[in-house]
Parts: sequence; C-alpha cells; structure tokens
Amino acid sequence: MLSVFMAVLRRDLLLAWRRRSDVLTALGFFLLVTSLFPLGVGPEPDQLAQIAGGVMWVAALLATLLSVSRLFESDEADGTLEQMLLSVEPLAVIVLAKVCAYWLLTGLPLVLIAPLIALQFSLTPDETLIVCASLLIGTPTLSLLGAIGASLTLGLRGGGALIALLVLPLYIPVLIFGAGAIDRWRAGLEVGSNLALLAACLLVALAVAPVASAAALRIAQD
Amino acid sequence: MSETQSSAARAPSSGFSLFYYASPQTFFPLAGKLLWPCWIAAALLTLAGLYIGFFVAPTDATQGDSYRIIFIHVPAAWMSMVVYLAMAFWCAVGLVFNTRLSFMMATALAPTGAIWAFVALWTGALWGKPTWGTYWVWDARLTSELILFFLYCGYMALQAAIDDPRRADRAGALIAIVGAVNVPIIYFSVKWWNTLHQGASVSLTAAPTMATTMLTGMLVMALAAWAYTIGAALVRVRAIMIERERSTDWVRKLVSNGDSKA
Repeated sequence: MLSVFMAVLRRDLLLAWRRRSDVLTALGFFLLVTSLFPLGVGPEPDQLAQIAGGVMWVAALLATLLSVSRLFESDEADGTLEQMLLSVEPLAVIVLAKVCAYWLLTGLPLVLIAPLIALQFSLTPDETLIVCASLLIGTPTLSLLGAIGASLTLGLRGGGALIALLVLPLYIPVLIFGAGAIDRWRAGLEVGSNLALLAACLLVALAVAPVASAAALRIAQD
Repeated sequence: MSETQSSAARAPSSGFSLFYYASPQTFFPLAGKLLWPCWIAAALLTLAGLYIGFFVAPTDATQGDSYRIIFIHVPAAWMSMVVYLAMAFWCAVGLVFNTRLSFMMATALAPTGAIWAFVALWTGALWGKPTWGTYWVWDARLTSELILFFLYCGYMALQAAIDDPRRADRAGALIAIVGAVNVPIIYFSVKWWNTLHQGASVSLTAAPTMATTMLTGMLVMALAAWAYTIGAALVRVRAIMIERERSTDWVRKLVSNGDSKA
C-alpha cells in the first residue's frame, strides 16, 4: 500500500517537473490576485495589514480552485485513470497520493511565497508567521476537498464554474478558521484554538476526502 | 427494468413490505393518491395559519406588526433545513440499497428546498429592514442559510450538467452527503466567526416569551409548509418517474390508457 502511494507520488511529481509551467500558473495567479487588492482598495498600510489575512486566504482558495479541476484530467485523457480504477490497490490510497503530490506542487509554494506577500501588506514578522502557519495547515484541506469536486466534475461541460459552485461552500470553514487566526492575533486573543480547528478540519478531510473522491471517480467512469 | 417488473410482481404475494413501494411502477399510483390530500391540507392549513397570524395573534410590543412575517419566515427556514436532510437521507438510501426511486425522490426534493431557502432569505431581508434598519447583516444564521442555498444550487447544477441519469444521481448523492456532513461544521464556524467580528448590537434570538397564539400560528404554518413540500415533491417525482421509465411497459400502458391520474 505504501509502495503504490510512493509510486504514484513520485510519478506525479516527475510529470510536473517535466512540465514546470503548470506549477507556476497557480503561483502566478496567487501573486497577481493579492497584488490587485492594494490597487483596488488603496495603498494605506494600516488598511492593508487589516485585510491581508483575508485577502491571502481568498487568493489561496481561488488558486487551488483554478488548478484542482485539472487533477485527474490528464490521467483520464491518456487512460491512466482506467488503470488506476482497475488496480488491485485501494483507489483511495492512489487518490491520496495524487492529492499529496498536488499539494506539494501548488499548496506548499503558496505557503513559501506568503511571507513575500505579507511584506507587501506590511504585516509584522509575528503576523507573517501566523499567516504562514495557518496556510500550512489549511491548504492541504483545500486540496483534499478540491479533489472531491475534481472527481465529480471530471469530463463535464462547464466543469470549471461547476467545481466552484460545489467546492467553495465546503471551503468556508477553512477560510473562516484560517483568516480568523490572524484576526484573533491582532485582537490580542490566543491563536492556538484556530490552528487546532484548522488541524481538525484537515484530519476530517484526510479521513473522508480520499474515499469520497475515489467513489466519485468510480461513478464518473462507470 | 425487467428486474423492477419481476420484483413488483413478486411483492404482493409476499405480503406487505416497505420495499413494495420502492419501485416506480408501484409508487406512481400511490403518489397520485397522496397528492390531493397534501394539496388540500396545505391550502387549509395556510388559510388557518395566516388567519391566526394576521387577525388572532397580538401585535408585538417592540416590533409592531412587522413581526408578522415570522409566520412565513420561520417555517421556510425550518423547511429549508429539513428538506436538505431528507434529500441527503434519500441519497444515502439510494447509494446503500441501490434503489432508483430514492435518487428520484432526492432530485424531486431539491428545487423545493432551494425555494424554501430563498424564501427564508428574502423574508428575512424584508423583516430586517424595519426591525434592524438593514436588509442584510452577516449574522451566523443568515450566512449559513445563504450557504445552504448555495449547497442546493451546487447539487442541482451538478445533476443538470450530467446527461447520464445514473451518473447524475450518484454524483449528486455524493455531494449532497458531503454537504450534509459539512452543514454543522459550516454553521459553527460561521457562528464563531460572527462572535469575533460583531458585538451583540444585533441579536436574532427571539423574545424569551412568545404569545401562545403566535406559536400556534407558526406551527400551523409549518405544517402547511410540510404539506406543500410533500405535495410538490410528489408531483415532481411523478414527472421524473414517467420521464426516466418512458421505455418501460407500465408507462406505455399508463399513457395508452390515458390514465395518468391513477
């Protein structure tokens, strides 16, 4: 089971490495969207610092949404997905490996680039640390829930808009806990509870999402 | 299809069973019989409820007459939640027992539930203006009702995007169940978010004591909403059954007899 997990993970990372531009698209989107907000609401540093957490979280949500719809697309196109469905290994493990690879390629870069954006929004080092920590715990949940939407809308017309309608309501708790962490810090409250809730969301998603996504793939390829 | 017919033919001989009505062929006439009682009950209860609401219930001490929208607003909000649970329940039954009728029932319930959620939001906005001075606040209940409306929209949009009814049923069932698991998480997250962002300037909790007539009116209207929901879902499920089973013998017989009311 672990060997199939590692094999799928390695394969997806290798495929992404051979086609690096796909990885950079989501990152570029994240950078661009966050840069639009100061232009839209004005460059006042206090105001920017106040909205920074929410802006970065919403941008991370949208960046995930943008790229997650392609999670199973190339596998379906070249027939790999059918082989995965026929495999004797549990499909949920394969899906989990794919989601892990996807998070390493799109979620982790967002977390790593976040300090730079925090700098642009004139956050203090402490606040930057909290935003990064919340993104680090929260973005895997976004990837896992996104996988459910991606497998449900696989091969459907208008998949992009549809996946937004399906997945964004499910993202709301993560957004609230994630963006709430920095708000609590700024209000002088303790932050650990929000991070713990984010971690709880991640654990629930880890338990449910691979199984649900695998079931959805079987439905899609019936 | 042959499986349905044989099971329907087998069921009467084995006495009464809950699964007897799990086939579209046997459920169709039953739904037709239940239809009129539902409509009549909905009409009578609505008349009674509105009469109590508008003429019997006293004017509220603080809100004046504007509170009377509660007789539509609260039943609508209740129904929007109950219908989502019922929908998720039928989806789960469908996935477990592989019964087509369960999926049809879930599909039939969704638009009614979405309408209730919309009515609850709309009447809530109209009620908010005279009492709080604003149509919308980001209160926990309002926000989660809005998200519930989006969940209905997602379910219906996913089903509409898939041409194969079998895949549409199952994919919709999956997202409905995932949504049902998420509803409590969403509710509490929104509630905590709300307590951080807003003080107690706007409190949605009703007055601690409610006049008995107000409560009666609300309950009668809630029953009317139940009757309407069941009636509307039955009409829709009958249409879905005929459409999906159009190539079967029983639908052909039904249509050729011109006996669609039976």
